[in-house]
Formats: sequence, C-alpha cells, structure tokens
Amino acid sequence: MNILQFMWSDRSEILQLTVEHIFLVVVAISIAIAVGVPLGILMTRQPRLGKPILAFANIIQTVPSLALFGFLIPVPYIGGIGTRTAVIALLLYSLLPIVRNTYTGILGVDAAVREAALGMGMTGAQILWQVEIPLSLGVIFAGIRVATVIAVGVATIAAAIGAGGLGMFIFRGTSMLDYRVILAGAIPAAFIALAADFGLSATEKYFMREKRS
Amino acid sequence: MQAMIPGPFRLQFEDVEFTVGSGRKLLTGISLDIRQGEMLVLLGRSGSGKTTMLKLVNRLLEPTSGQVLVSGQSTLNWDPIRLRRQIGYVIQDVGLFPHFNVERNVGLVPSLESWPQDRIAARVRELLALVGLPPEVFARRYPHELSGGQRQRVGVARALAADPPVLLLDEPFGALDPITRSEIQREFRALHQRLGKTMIFVTHDIREAFLLATRIGLMQEGRLVAVVEPQEFLKLDHAEARAFAGCLQ
Repeated sequence: MNILQFMWSDRSEILQLTVEHIFLVVVAISIAIAVGVPLGILMTRQPRLGKPILAFANIIQTVPSLALFGFLIPVPYIGGIGTRTAVIALLLYSLLPIVRNTYTGILGVDAAVREAALGMGMTGAQILWQVEIPLSLGVIFAGIRVATVIAVGVATIAAAIGAGGLGMFIFRGTSMLDYRVILAGAIPAAFIALAADFGLSATEKYFMREKRS
Repeated sequence: MQAMIPGPFRLQFEDVEFTVGSGRKLLTGISLDIRQGEMLVLLGRSGSGKTTMLKLVNRLLEPTSGQVLVSGQSTLNWDPIRLRRQIGYVIQDVGLFPHFNVERNVGLVPSLESWPQDRIAARVRELLALVGLPPEVFARRYPHELSGGQRQRVGVARALAADPPVLLLDEPFGALDPITRSEIQREFRALHQRLGKTMIFVTHDIREAFLLATRIGLMQEGRLVAVVEPQEFLKLDHAEARAFAGCLQ
C-alpha cells in the first residue's frame, strides 16, 4: 500500500486531526497577536520594559518545545493534560516573533516623520494609529507569519500531552516504525504551514495596497 | 489654558536656559522679543542651539529656567497640542508621511481640527498653488514620487495649512541642490512678504540669512550673541560674526 492509498484510507481521521491542529494554531496565534502587538507597542513607550520583556520571550524560545509542554503540565490553572496547556505553550512560542517585530517595526519609523507628527500637534494616540502602526504593518505582519509557521510545526508536539492534532500520527508512526503513518501527519502539517504563509502574505498585500514608501 | 492665539502675535524669550539631563547647557541667558510679521533668521554653527530655540517655541522642549511666552502666555500654560496646531513647523528632512499622498499630507492639521472635507480640499488646492505645485498634477502623488525640492514645498504647504500666525523653519532648504535651493529661497522670500506671517528660520548659511532675514540672530555655544538687521551684521565687532562674514568672500 503506498502512502497516498494509506492516507486515503485514513482520510476521516486525518481530517479530524487536521481540524484539531488548525484549531490549536488559530487560537494560540490569535491570543499571541492580541497580547504580543500591544506588548510590543508598550515596550516602545516604556523603554525600560523593553529589554526584560524581550529577554523573557527569548528565553522561552530557547526552551526545547517538548520540554516546554512538559514543564507546563504540573503548573496549576494553566497546566494539566489537554488542549488548554497546548494552546498556552504555542502562545508562549509565538510571542517572541510578534513582540519583537512590533517593537522593531515601530522603532523603525523614520524619526523625521515622528518629529513632524509631534510638531504638528498630533496626540500620542493619533501618532500611533495614523502613523506608527500603518508604517510598521509590514514588519508586524512578517512577525505574525513567522510565528504562525513555527506554531504549525510546534503544534505537532501537542499530541504528546494529549491535545490531539497531526502529531498523533507522527508519534504513532515513530513508535510503530511505520514511515507511512509519520507522513500521514507530516504532509498535512506541511500543507497547513504553506497555506497559512500564503494566506497571510495575501492578507498583508491587501492591507498594504495603498501604502507606498 | 489658552485655546487660541488672540490678536497680534507675540513671541518672547525671557532669560531662557535649557539644560539636558546630563547637565550640559544647550542654551544660556536667552532673551529675545520677536515682532509680528518679521523673519528672524537664527544663524549659527551646528550645535550652537538654534534648533533647541525652535523646539522651545512649540514645546517639543521645555525651558529649564526662564520662560518662553507665546502671546503673553508661558508655553507651559498652553495645552501643547493646541499650541502646536497653531504653529507651522518645517524641518530639514521634511517628514512627510510616506503612506499619505500630497493632499492628505497638506490637509493633515485641518483634518485633525475636523474641518469639513470640502473646506480641506479647497485649502489644499490653494496652498499647493501658492507653493508652485499645480494641484491637478501633484495632489494625488506620494512623497516618494516627488523631488527633494517638491517635497520641501509640500512641507511648507503643510505647515501653512491651518493658517498659523507663526512658522518655525529648521534648515528647510539645507538638503537641496544649490540651484533648486536658490529658486526656492527667492520664492520663499516673496511668500513671506505676501503672507506677512511671523517666521523663525534656522540656518548655518549666511547667504541664506542675508537673503531672507528682516533680523539676524547670531548664536554661538548656546548664547544669542547679537540680534541685528542684516545691514548691521557686517559691522558687528564679534569674532563669530566676522567668521561668518568671512564666508561671504
């Protein structure tokens, strides 16, 4: 039985795990954007907060992903076995690219543009919404794309703590020494990553269509 | 808090000192009374404190001691946002918003002030024509589609948009090529005579100072060394004045 026949015969389980996988990533990335973008902006306003927050996000990024899932299991409230713990681990992983790109994107806005905005009497909020965010949107989006692609990969490990997803096939295939089972998880995961990257880049182009530089 | 600049415009520096955090004095003992409608050119080397003077007027900086009075009120008593919207500000790097076209750049302060759309559009057309950029050609362009001189004209139009009684200009023509520069300087002088607005113009170029100024304020190491009419400048008995005068030969 070749790999395609194998995947066809298991299509209903593959579909179900793909949906679980996408769900984990979408929930984690949505929260990561909701937390990470404001955090990145806050860091540009409170430079003293910048370094500790970046250092924290960097440290999380260096923890091996399997270990991070493991560490979270005994943590009260957020830990345990299952989806919630997996979402939190993915969220922590996704935070760094989003926070860092928001921070560097906003700091990267031309100083002359910011001075002109201030000198013409724009308020802090007006400068943020009308100048800084539109001009750093490309960089922020790049961070979200990187975070999403990483999260799709890391989400395969969620299966190890009982959160489902395409990692189920990969872990099962590894213990069965059956490469077809591994590929039944790995191929759809790769497609999700590619599709997410493509979809986000299309969204980015749509938002940036008016912006020239 | 003052809301609007009333009646005749007046701008005074009273024994102003400005010190940065590290304790270095950027300005010392500045007293100056700027008359309505004049073009005061602040002339000095880089680092002599010219830009700091401008930023004290629109409260991008606040004096360490002494006060800067705009229409009799210390800048500290003004709401900074209200104050800045009534003071035109032009900087060397222009700082046009790259994601706004020329029309939106010029109409920025009026739109912040919630003018009706048709009034903003009319004002933008009027200003673009005033600075020598036909609106039908330039209104829809983006800053990256303009030459340096055109960008600087848009910068001047933007500063004039809400009809402020005073304009602060920080080496606005410093980055232009010599020919464009001399064209735009002459046009700008004519513009000043026509509009009669009070202007403070910062430069390190004595030719520019002579061409534009009704008075020249000479600055050296954070002090205002002399404030004189251009024809008096060459008679000044001061080393820095002679050094600048020497550049004319």
